[in-house]
Amino acid sequence: MRTGNGEAIPVNAMDIGFIGQHVWNGVMLGVIYAMVAVGFTLFFGVLDVIKFSHGDVLTLGGFVGLATYLGLQRAGVVSPLIQLTAVLAASIGSMALLGALIARYLVLPMRNAPAFITLLITLMIGTVIRESIRLFYPNGSNPQPFPQLLPTHSSHLGSFTLRTDTLILVAAGVTVIWLVHMLVNHTRLGLAIRAVAQDSETARIMGINFRWVVLATFGLGSGLAALAGLMNGMFYSEVYFGNGLMLAVIGFSAAVIGGLGNIYGAILGGFLFAAIQIATVVVLPLPSAYKEVIAFGMVIVLLAFKPTGLIGEKSSERV
Amino acid sequence: MAQKNATSLLAAIVGIALLTGFSIYALHAENEVSMLILLAAGLGGAFVAHKSGFAARATQGLQTHRQAGNLCIVFAFAVVVLVFRNDHFALLQLATLLLYSAVCIGLNLQIGYCGVMNFAGAAFFGVGAYTAAVLATHTQVPHPLVLLAGGLAAALIGSVLLLPVLRTRGHYAALVTIAFGTMFRSFLEVNDTLGGPQGLTVPGLQILGWKLSDGPELFGVSFSFYVNYVILAFALVTAMFILTKRIKRSWIGLSLDAVRIDETAASTFGIHIVRWKITAFVIGNLFAGIAGAFFAMMTGFVAPTNFTLADSLILLSIVVLGGIGNLWGILPAAAIVLLLPEKLQAIQEYRFLLYAVAVILILLFRPQGIFPRRLRAFIPGWGNAR
Repeated sequence: MRTGNGEAIPVNAMDIGFIGQHVWNGVMLGVIYAMVAVGFTLFFGVLDVIKFSHGDVLTLGGFVGLATYLGLQRAGVVSPLIQLTAVLAASIGSMALLGALIARYLVLPMRNAPAFITLLITLMIGTVIRESIRLFYPNGSNPQPFPQLLPTHSSHLGSFTLRTDTLILVAAGVTVIWLVHMLVNHTRLGLAIRAVAQDSETARIMGINFRWVVLATFGLGSGLAALAGLMNGMFYSEVYFGNGLMLAVIGFSAAVIGGLGNIYGAILGGFLFAAIQIATVVVLPLPSAYKEVIAFGMVIVLLAFKPTGLIGEKSSERV
Repeated sequence: MAQKNATSLLAAIVGIALLTGFSIYALHAENEVSMLILLAAGLGGAFVAHKSGFAARATQGLQTHRQAGNLCIVFAFAVVVLVFRNDHFALLQLATLLLYSAVCIGLNLQIGYCGVMNFAGAAFFGVGAYTAAVLATHTQVPHPLVLLAGGLAAALIGSVLLLPVLRTRGHYAALVTIAFGTMFRSFLEVNDTLGGPQGLTVPGLQILGWKLSDGPELFGVSFSFYVNYVILAFALVTAMFILTKRIKRSWIGLSLDAVRIDETAASTFGIHIVRWKITAFVIGNLFAGIAGAFFAMMTGFVAPTNFTLADSLILLSIVVLGGIGNLWGILPAAAIVLLLPEKLQAIQEYRFLLYAVAVILILLFRPQGIFPRRLRAFIPGWGNAR
């Protein structure tokens, strides 16, 4: 992954605008990471599993969006609003369905297996999705240009450039995260999700349809991933089959440093991870390619001191 | 009883001979048709052997006549090497197969016995490889020590990584290994002193003045220099195999099993969970590191592309295919995973996809693997005799 526009700026332009640019990129990345991490945390909450195919569902969401766009172009639909709506609907809808299907047929049957088995099976599901994109999407092994679906007007403040589309993306991301928060905390479905997360057996005794709640959660998380994939595609103006793996590792790390099972922890972790990456690029005199190395090193160090995350895991060990 | 023992030994010998012949033809197979025929023959043969009770009898023969059985295996290996004495590529494949098996033995010790997750097998393999590359190029350290240093480096990094995580349970060990695997690859790609994406060249192995890169000549017959490496790799894998087998049979193995199956129960019986997890993790990574160092000195070249998360997943595919915790399953599984795509060029491109699908299906429908781990038999052959 790249730093976005940051790398194009020469080092001697080390002024407020330069730093502002990086901070803004960091916010953008943080929103995407937080959305991925929220998915991880939701799945972990209801089923105590890590669904590692999450990142590849995200990539597939981006590719479905791209394919929808190209299809619309070919069909002669050029209205930007219709295009955007169709891309969003197709991508989010299909990925929510895919997430629910994966949960129904691959994760739920394995939920009593050792953690290693569930993690391995979801890693392999991710590999299947990733390889399918590479092999079956036309020219899929190369990065594909992603269309500009949002207005690209940009305003300059000194050396700080604010692209309208990134503003919209950040606003949309924050809104969606807020909506998820509202859904989990203030609706019946959210109550059911929290109940299942707390104690699935008691929740079932209380008449909650366990399977339906799990499927809804996986659908929700995967839809979120699809949106994050589209945002990632629009931000970088390209989608690439290998993106998802790195985003999954980052999202998982973010969820864990925040504290697995805690939505606020996931959001915090996402922004923290982005902050570490950006700080590495701005502060350290190393090539920006080191930012992943430093970031993952920090994750390992953080785990050494706070093994259950910054906001500790809420559920206690049940024997 | 003596009669039965003799027939079971005969069955074991015939079984080994059949497998040897099969592997020779498999390594020889050039085109895809012959490979497909071999595949069908292998599957059919395995099915027949299983249904007719031949496989069970051969296994029993191996268990009751350990020395004779082991001699047969060594002899079979010598036959394979002799047949391919001048075929560089086949020998390289064989040696690679053996080294991957060595890593998988380590992974089996970690995952199959103790239940410590390790999703960075290829990264630890890479730590060994790069250690060997640096040491052999820039220092005068004797090469056997370089191999050991590769293993120690991997073991050290592994234990530093895992130590903090052991205070908790759950998915944190998984995250740390995944994060380490990803980090290791990115680090290699951007680090110029370690060659960046181009990698490093490594001098050939040299033991007490004996250069392994020179092909030996025995009784007027010249051999490919890979013969040296194959024999040494075989010795290495055999040593690791025996050590792991011994660990499994000892009270250490019992403790490891207890830790995997139920940590709470194990600790109430006074088993020190952290100690055994660290032990298993360190020994496993030591194996991976040594194999990596050997691999680097054999191929003469290391590059980051060999040590990605995808490679770690391939290693885990081998472990799962062979049956988690089953050492004997590793070699056939490694042969399926590594040789099949080499021989069947048509599936080369699709291999990651196919393995992933295969592993998912196995985990869903036969979670104990193709060749499941057998119950612990305290007296050899006791379970079968009844």
